[in-house]
Amino acid sequence: MNVFDVLVEVSLRTGVADPQGSTVERSLPALQVHGITGVRVGKAIRFAIAAADETAARVVVEDLCQRFLSNPVIEDTRVDITANLSQ
Amino acid sequence: MTRVGVVVFPGTNCEHDVASAIDALGGNAELVWHKSDRLPDVDAIVLPGGFAHGDALRPGAIARFSPIMGALQSYAAAGGPVVGICNGFQVLTEAGLLPGALQKNAGLRFICAMTEIRVDSTASVLTSGADLGQVLRVPVNHFEGNYTCPTKTLAELVDQGRVVLRYVDNPNGSVDGVAGICNAAGNVVGLMPHPERASDLLLGSPDGNVLLSSLLVAAGASGVTRRLAGSPSA
Repeated sequence: MNVFDVLVEVSLRTGVADPQGSTVERSLPALQVHGITGVRVGKAIRFAIAAADETAARVVVEDLCQRFLSNPVIEDTRVDITANLSQ
Repeated sequence: MTRVGVVVFPGTNCEHDVASAIDALGGNAELVWHKSDRLPDVDAIVLPGGFAHGDALRPGAIARFSPIMGALQSYAAAGGPVVGICNGFQVLTEAGLLPGALQKNAGLRFICAMTEIRVDSTASVLTSGADLGQVLRVPVNHFEGNYTCPTKTLAELVDQGRVVLRYVDNPNGSVDGVAGICNAAGNVVGLMPHPERASDLLLGSPDGNVLLSSLLVAAGASGVTRRLAGSPSA
């Protein structure tokens, strides 16, 4: 078994209103920051997983995303898997 | 006497209010701990409001895996009356017993206020005793009560008369003003407003009793599910 570091990014699906993102975006002019658009606020979930290889790890993580880590009605996920070399 | 099971998750906080309102209407409420993998012999189930499992990850995301949920799924599938109030509604959507999802309120405000809701369908266990078009004063108390679902799902809900309650003045951005919906059979209902908090004039409104009384009547007529709920397979 190998160990992989996993980062799951959970964000609201395109088309779903993101009031946190809009609020952050609207506050930017007060900081004298201009030219930033499309702010989206989501969640980052990190963990380590033991699996035979990256493909096997991805299968487990993608299933977890669909069934637990996100609500597919309103959220999308993006999975990033890297080998944990310290293990 | 009509027995109503009130499911308690760690973090649920409206169970006693619901039980008290049920009892005051002549029912017999019984608290059911979420770790139980079977339901007691009850005629209806209520998932009350609160913050099951601290709303960690998402409201209802962890509660849907509680041991009691398997029995609840069977109970609902057999036609047993099931009502989810506020956090209970969120649990029902996460569990797939009702479609759609509840996202953060438009405007990002926690809303604790009296609302007016209109009965737009009487074909559910929670609204069968109300008049179509009747406006009820029932409070809401939530941060994530903004109902949303795919356009196709909403069209189905509307066409099939499954939007049972709508806000008169939409407080949270819910699509089509949805305050409560039911499943195709009408025996599973979810709503964000708290009928138990409008169960006496002293609380500002007795209108929630119209809904809870409907549930008790529907529960009284659900003898088949009473037997199912008591069997080991349920």
